[in-house]
Amino acid sequence: MDDSQPTLDRAPDDSGYAMGDDAPFQAPVSAEAVRESAREASATAAFAVAQAGRGGRFRHILPSRSGKLINGLVIVGLITLFGIFGPMIAQPPRDSDNDALLPPSAEHWLGTTKLGYDVFSQLAWGTRGSLFIGLVAGVVALVLAIVFGVFAGYFGGVADEVLTLFTNIVLVIPGLPVVMVIAAYVQTAEGLGPLARSSLLVALVLGITGWAGSAVVLRAQARSLRTREYVAAARVAGERPARIIFVEILPNLVPLLAAQFIFGVIFAVLGEAGLSYLGLGPTGSITLGTMLNDAQTGQAVGTGAWWWFVPPGLIIAALGAGLSLINFAIDEVVNPKLRLAPENAKRQRQAAKAGKGVADTGAFA
Amino acid sequence: MSAHGTATSGTSATSASLEARNLVKDFRLRSGVKSRILHAVRDVSFTLEPGRTIALVGESGSGKSTIARMMAKLEAPSSGEILLDGAPSATGGSRLASYRRDVQMVFQDPFGSLNPFHPIRHHLERPLRIHHPRLSSKEIGARVDELLERVRLSPASTFADRRPHELSGGQRQRVAIARALAPGARFIIADEPVSMLDVSIRLGVLNLLAELQRQEQLGVLYITHDLATARHFSDEILVMYRGEIVERGPSERVILDPQHEYTKTLLEAAADPDRLGRLRDEVRNGG
Ligand SMILES: Nc1ncnc2c1ncn2[C@@H]1O[C@H](COP(=O)(O)OP(=O)(O)OP(=O)(O)O)[C@@H](O)[C@H]1O
Ligand SMILES: [Mg+2]
Repeated sequence: MDDSQPTLDRAPDDSGYAMGDDAPFQAPVSAEAVRESAREASATAAFAVAQAGRGGRFRHILPSRSGKLINGLVIVGLITLFGIFGPMIAQPPRDSDNDALLPPSAEHWLGTTKLGYDVFSQLAWGTRGSLFIGLVAGVVALVLAIVFGVFAGYFGGVADEVLTLFTNIVLVIPGLPVVMVIAAYVQTAEGLGPLARSSLLVALVLGITGWAGSAVVLRAQARSLRTREYVAAARVAGERPARIIFVEILPNLVPLLAAQFIFGVIFAVLGEAGLSYLGLGPTGSITLGTMLNDAQTGQAVGTGAWWWFVPPGLIIAALGAGLSLINFAIDEVVNPKLRLAPENAKRQRQAAKAGKGVADTGAFA
Repeated sequence: MSAHGTATSGTSATSASLEARNLVKDFRLRSGVKSRILHAVRDVSFTLEPGRTIALVGESGSGKSTIARMMAKLEAPSSGEILLDGAPSATGGSRLASYRRDVQMVFQDPFGSLNPFHPIRHHLERPLRIHHPRLSSKEIGARVDELLERVRLSPASTFADRRPHELSGGQRQRVAIARALAPGARFIIADEPVSMLDVSIRLGVLNLLAELQRQEQLGVLYITHDLATARHFSDEILVMYRGEIVERGPSERVILDPQHEYTKTLLEAAADPDRLGRLRDEVRNGG
């Protein structure tokens, strides 16, 4: 972009309104025209800046680089790296040659369990197991939320009523009790083969029970996007409904989809921990929840073996906090008012300190 | 493109034409348990012909956009029909696709009618791909550039890959016009195409539309509040009031010798905007 030629893109007829042999329709607008041409030039300059900076399709919907986002990404990133690479460096998690209930030492960084398992190794495998369940359940919940939420919001009418009715039914059924019943049922059911009591099955159960809240949010947003003129324009251009949903609407919902996905992951990680703690988790694999369950049955608290139950608890808490921080950052993009809220509150406090009535300044407006 | 020829209305044409015949649109408004019917459009007929512009004027809420949406097949009429080249038009399937190839729409809001997520190229490529599936990617790229040049967004290469927010309002509306031309449309429904633009660039966009219309012999329905541009850019004016066409005729005749009380109101209001509200009340009480 050459800024010295900002008027390159001006249409030649803009200044003169020449219309061939017809009489030109003249209007006293030259000053305005100059201003508009300046505006177009600045749009061109803005384009150059945008190209020089971080470009790409998602630029206008990326969260700003806030402290929340960075903290969240660092926490979740570290835990993810631990889940990926930890199991590679740790000793086998079911290696029971060690002495039982050793406190943390140079040899066993986080001590050992009652059965002589290395806690650090268990933690690495458990983190991997929990992340796997969280991701699978998050994806399942997101797909269901899109089907029930976005489709209902876009199509409206009877389809909307049927889909929304079902969503509401799922929504009002209390979550964890149903998960417990389903988990208890499918895990003892015959004929599931290797799927029975696997972490994949737990992930599916959590995904299938955790999508309804997201569907409600997505439906509301899809309903509002549906009335946008660019959706009408796509219909006039001849686009098919599926393409309108996936190409015209969903990309504009990416921040919201990301937020709902993260919400689904949090729900699944915590749900798995709850289920496993109650003894309804996967038995074949190790998760943070099964670790807590083992610690509970092994009376870790009573024997003072804090190194057994504190680390998995901390990782669950940190994962939940990190994901929530990312979600807050995304929320600020979706809903810019939130970003201004702390500043407004600060301004109000200052105004109050200065002895001015907050109501008088209209800061709440 | 000054007013010439005589107004044709109500008669069905077998040659190239887009005809609205007795269009009616009722909306059911629900407030609590009560529901009442709003007659947004009552028995409206007109015929668009190649190379001619019909202006549709009327106050806010008189049903102009509803007519535009029915003509663009975004909404189904409650009764009446739309005939393309004398044949009833379809509501679905491949005949709807061919209707869309012939009849396109330019929307009012240049900021809302382009998807912020997609570059300008996408908005022009899609109609080309949908309606001309045999074109190769290279040919489509060439057509996109050609369309941009035709709406005076040149050099096309600097515009095609921008996102809508990187364009000014006038530039966006030119893209919207290019998009309407992309399928090879013969009829364009332009719903207040310049009302959201800065006053200074309105005429540039309207002149561009008029020039393209002459080159392509398009039939245009130009919806507007502005009687001055309606007079200058159209051959025939339809005046709409509360869903009905209360006056119609050659542009010069309607402007210089209005017959209906409401048209006179509009003209006087255009000369003196402050009196609009009072005069409208007088018309309502009187009629
Ligand atoms: N989907 C809808 N549901 C209910 N009422 C509607 C709907 N669309 C339009 N209306 C009503 O129909 C009437 C005509 O609306 P329309 O948008 O066609 O007016 P208009 O002439 O285009 O006005 P403006 O000049 O403000 O654009 C209005 O009273 C409007 O409230
Ligand atoms: Mg309108």
